[in-house]
Amino acid sequence: MSTKPTTIKDVYEGAVQDLIDELGRLPGVGPKSAQRIAFHILDADPADVQRLATALVEAKARVRFCDVCGNVAQAETCQICADPRRIDTVICVVEESKDVVAIERTREFRGKYHVLGGAINPIDGIGPSDLRIRELMARLQDGVVQEVILATDPNVEGEATAAYLARMLTAIEVKITRLASGLPVGGDLEFADEVTLGRAFEGRTLIGS
Amino acid sequence: MFVSHLSLVDFRSYEHVDVELGEGINAFVGPNGQGKTNIVEAIGYLATLRSHRVASEIPLIRAGTERAVIRSRIVRGDRASTVEVEIVPGKSNRARINRGSLTRARDILGLLHAVTFAPEDLVLVKGDPDARRDFLDVLCVQLAPRFASVLADYERVLRQRNTLLKTASGPRRGSDEGGFDLHTLEVWDAKLAQLGAKITHLRHGIVQELAPHIARTYDEVSAGQGVATAMYRSSLDAYADDEQTIGAATTISEAMIEAQLLDTLAKLRAKELQRGVTLVGPHRDDVVLTINDLAVKSYASHGESWSFALALRLASYDLLTVGPQHESHQWVPWGNDAEPVIILDDVFAELDVKRRDRLVERVARAKQVLITAAVAEDVPEGLDGRRFDVMQAEVTRVL
Ligand SMILES: Nc1ncnc2c1ncn2[C@@H]1O[C@H](COP(=O)(O)OP(=O)(O)OP(=O)(O)O)[C@@H](O)[C@H]1O
Ligand SMILES: [Mg+2]
Ligand SMILES: [Zn+2]
Repeated sequence: MSTKPTTIKDVYEGAVQDLIDELGRLPGVGPKSAQRIAFHILDADPADVQRLATALVEAKARVRFCDVCGNVAQAETCQICADPRRIDTVICVVEESKDVVAIERTREFRGKYHVLGGAINPIDGIGPSDLRIRELMARLQDGVVQEVILATDPNVEGEATAAYLARMLTAIEVKITRLASGLPVGGDLEFADEVTLGRAFEGRTLIGS
Repeated sequence: MFVSHLSLVDFRSYEHVDVELGEGINAFVGPNGQGKTNIVEAIGYLATLRSHRVASEIPLIRAGTERAVIRSRIVRGDRASTVEVEIVPGKSNRARINRGSLTRARDILGLLHAVTFAPEDLVLVKGDPDARRDFLDVLCVQLAPRFASVLADYERVLRQRNTLLKTASGPRRGSDEGGFDLHTLEVWDAKLAQLGAKITHLRHGIVQELAPHIARTYDEVSAGQGVATAMYRSSLDAYADDEQTIGAATTISEAMIEAQLLDTLAKLRAKELQRGVTLVGPHRDDVVLTINDLAVKSYASHGESWSFALALRLASYDLLTVGPQHESHQWVPWGNDAEPVIILDDVFAELDVKRRDRLVERVARAKQVLITAAVAEDVPEGLDGRRFDVMQAEVTRVL
């Protein structure tokens, strides 16, 4: 009575399947969504598809990482690091560039950032030496920075990374703060809404100095 | 409290089913493999966010589909609420309460209390410590729902720490890839001790609350055949300097356990690095059960073991009904009509006449009882109420 379930893989061949496979590799895109996007692209106007393809290639070719903070940038330094109106005395440490975007949306923060490029995660083989921690230490050497805000994700790995940094920073004379709790625990910073995140910024707590 | 309506979409063998349940007895009867347990498993899941049969969530999703939905109407006191949970393996499950906005599945914990009796319960008594830890943790999230996230975080920290210990002890150690970093391990030690202390402290409190109920329910089920006790056993005890065990302490502070955990982890560092696993913490704890001072696991007969398993479930039911008694155990405000739904999955066929009669006596007047049985004769007399025939994932009310 039961028919053998046909997977998407069995059905399409060649270029269509390649497209579905590539889309399916993207974060958050499952096999069904990959199929839906693929057929959307096949249905679309060739000019639209060309624009998408160009955007992908251009972004990859032009976008690089800021030499100072590790945020995505179009030049050697990112817009935030290059902005003279931003305060030099406070650095907010985040895991990813997308966290910078989330915090910028709150308009609570006028200092600069430092993007670690992830969090300590032994299961994924990521240790402190894989993160931009040495670069952070270097930025703190001249004594200009007065406060480091640890804004890693409110999950196990983010907490561990913040705890690790707090230990490393005790040797340096700088105020260390952590975003106030109230952020959805176990989640990603980028998913916190602006109001919650803004409040977490205002109510940040001192964890070392 | 009781469940007045259950609706399943792509859960187990059900593409879609709606069942109107009543207060008192609801029996699901039908041949093997027709979907009786699947129904009661869904209600157990609403209460605990776990299946009483499987650890993975994948089997809960109907084969060939991607997500399952359990929708229910829960009546507590004079208030009814709709509670809905969506299970999507590999993603975070979500829930909806009273048509509000989607929240984390965890937010429904505590809204429904349920206690499931099943033939597998013998492992609570005879099996490895993990069965007893699970038993406590399931009770734990019903009594203190916010601990669900503590348990999940501890699991995660433990996996991270074990991986770190393994890579540190493995061939990569000392290589130019950065090698082993003591500071990183200390960070995970601190997290493990912090979360581990919370869990140990809570479980210790729950066993204290449970113990008097167990003594009474065992006495009832066995008809006065012995004195049953339960005591928490922490893996810390083996490394402690003094004789006082955590289980025997009447009060114990979370801070004390945390300090002791940190201390012990430091002591065990060389050994842990060598073995590549975390040797101390609540993941290594147990509950020691005794009858007349003899450890049940090694001494009890088959019949005594069954009585103890029943006693443990009945004690959970009693504890969830009356709530924690000690003032330092008020994890949530208890409120009225907390009596859990009783789920009896295939248990009567397993029990001898005496134990069966005593169980019947105990549950006959419960607020809501869900029974599964292969044949109508397996539903004992005295348990009259609604009856449903279950046939090829179709549920039909017949009485
Ligand atoms: N994820 C799933 N997708 C489809 N069918 C499933 C799924 N999980 C279980 N089943 C089917 O459901 C049936 C088992 O249902 P259930 O365990 O409720 O049986 P039961 O009526 O309690 O039987 P028994 O009397 O043997 O305990 C089996 O036929 C099994 O193949
Ligand atoms: Mg069954
Ligand atoms: Zn920059």
